Amino acid sequence: MRHDDPRLPTSPGFWRSPLRGTWFTSVLGLVLLVGITVLFVTGLLSYAAYNPDLAPVNDQTPDKGALGFYLFSWPTDPYWLYRVTQGLHVTLGIALVPVLLAKLWSVVPKLFTLPPARSLAHALERVSLLLLVGGGLFEFTTGVLNVQLDYLFPGSFYPLHFYGAWVFFAAFLAHAALKTPAALRAVRGRRPDEEESVAPRPDPPTVSRRGALRFVGGASLLLLVTTAGQSIGGVWRRTALLAPHGGADPGSGPNGFQINKTAAYAGIDTQETGEEAWRLVVTGLGGRTVRLSRTQLLQLPQHSAALPIACVEGWSTADQWWRGVRLRDLAALVGYDGDPPDVLVESLQRHGAFRRAALRANQVADPRSLLALQVNGEDLSPDHGYPARVIVPAAPGVLNTKWVARMTFGDL
Amino acid sequence: MRPRLVVGSPFQILLLACSFALAAYAGVRLLSGDWLGVALWVVGAALLHDLVLLPLYSLADRAVVRGLDAAGRRQWAMYVRVPAALSALLLLVWFPLISGTVAARYRSATGLSADGFLARWLLITAVLFGGSALLLAHRLRRATKRRPPAVH
Repeated sequence: MRHDDPRLPTSPGFWRSPLRGTWFTSVLGLVLLVGITVLFVTGLLSYAAYNPDLAPVNDQTPDKGALGFYLFSWPTDPYWLYRVTQGLHVTLGIALVPVLLAKLWSVVPKLFTLPPARSLAHALERVSLLLLVGGGLFEFTTGVLNVQLDYLFPGSFYPLHFYGAWVFFAAFLAHAALKTPAALRAVRGRRPDEEESVAPRPDPPTVSRRGALRFVGGASLLLLVTTAGQSIGGVWRRTALLAPHGGADPGSGPNGFQINKTAAYAGIDTQETGEEAWRLVVTGLGGRTVRLSRTQLLQLPQHSAALPIACVEGWSTADQWWRGVRLRDLAALVGYDGDPPDVLVESLQRHGAFRRAALRANQVADPRSLLALQVNGEDLSPDHGYPARVIVPAAPGVLNTKWVARMTFGDL
Repeated sequence: MRPRLVVGSPFQILLLACSFALAAYAGVRLLSGDWLGVALWVVGAALLHDLVLLPLYSLADRAVVRGLDAAGRRQWAMYVRVPAALSALLLLVWFPLISGTVAARYRSATGLSADGFLARWLLITAVLFGGSALLLAHRLRRATKRRPPAVH
């Protein structure tokens, strides 16, 4: 029979590695079962952290429909929450790349199995596997490219990565439901009903199955230790040898910490930020408006908060010591005494999806939420948002608007 | 005899129908912009991996094992495979930074130097291969010492 010709991948005899088998696939599959579940949950948390249901300016996915069913008001406690969830999301995703590749390698003979479908159920499963493999690779690829600022993908990252995650996770759930029981049996050492992808005429081994698993684990560990430092900061940043925000800090001194987008990149004109030109316009109850120069802002009660910058790209800084005016004090200036409302913050920057961003009332009310004028004892540098920037505990980096020009308090 | 349509497990069919419904709900949103581009990316990612990347690294691996086999050193395969695979993996994941294709945007956005990535990747590669060679040399020496001196 033609599909027994060992020169063709449709023949089981074509596949020669002695490593493939149900046990090997099962161990990798169970690692991915846990790992991808963590990636999905931390991804959904990051989506919620943007408060997309608060205002259209925060929402990159206005037609999300039921996929936003779980959204909640993102808290400000603990203040390092987003730093941990998003650092975990990105670092774990990168460390799982070798596990994903090894898993796909271990099951590749099944791609060529003949007949293409043994039953209707099997045919549907194979269609689902296209969504699983294509969707999984799409999620990993868009994520890995986005953290390197390589926007090759066909569209905006947020909707692609969010909707792509749901397509992938739908296929992942079905696959997990169908395969997990057998995988658990296999790793507990029980003989499987049907050995999968085992080579009928294997080459002599060059490594044991356990050795191959250690190899995959070692590859994950290598990616982990050369990436995690960009989310830990301090001396550990030096260990993130290939990560986008590893290695050296961009500068020295109080403003030397990591920058998401520089003033030049955001198109900030220094003529607009000078003492004479720049005014903060604050609008509130019944359209009440005040215009404040930087000197006037410095005359308002100044407060301090030690908070990190944590980016959706997974990197973060250690706590920086910010000093400025409380957001709730600014709300009080325009008529909101007591319970402060939501606020729409607008930046001087010319482009960027988040040059306008909304903060929820709970974020405005937090005493650590500041319109910062200084950091680590010095005026903000242009790259960190001079003349003034927002800093809110536990909020994603892009909601900490830099080069603030206008704040509009009120229910959004 | 005409082949009969086999239905298979009804549980599996129901489960997959449920999964397809959720995937379709998200899928119409995923495809609402550049639908052709996105579809090409999803299907292309699977095809590129299964039909290009995987065959290429399998062939490279087979060439290494055959080469060592011809020299009677098949058992050394892992000493080549491990550093080569780890180096290739780092290149695959960090390709935009290592190759410098995003250097201009990276430098302008982050204020960081984009120059070190290629050098660091090459150094890591050198350390991986060097470490592997040292380990092999060490194990060979130990094996030689342990051999009884009865050959004289």
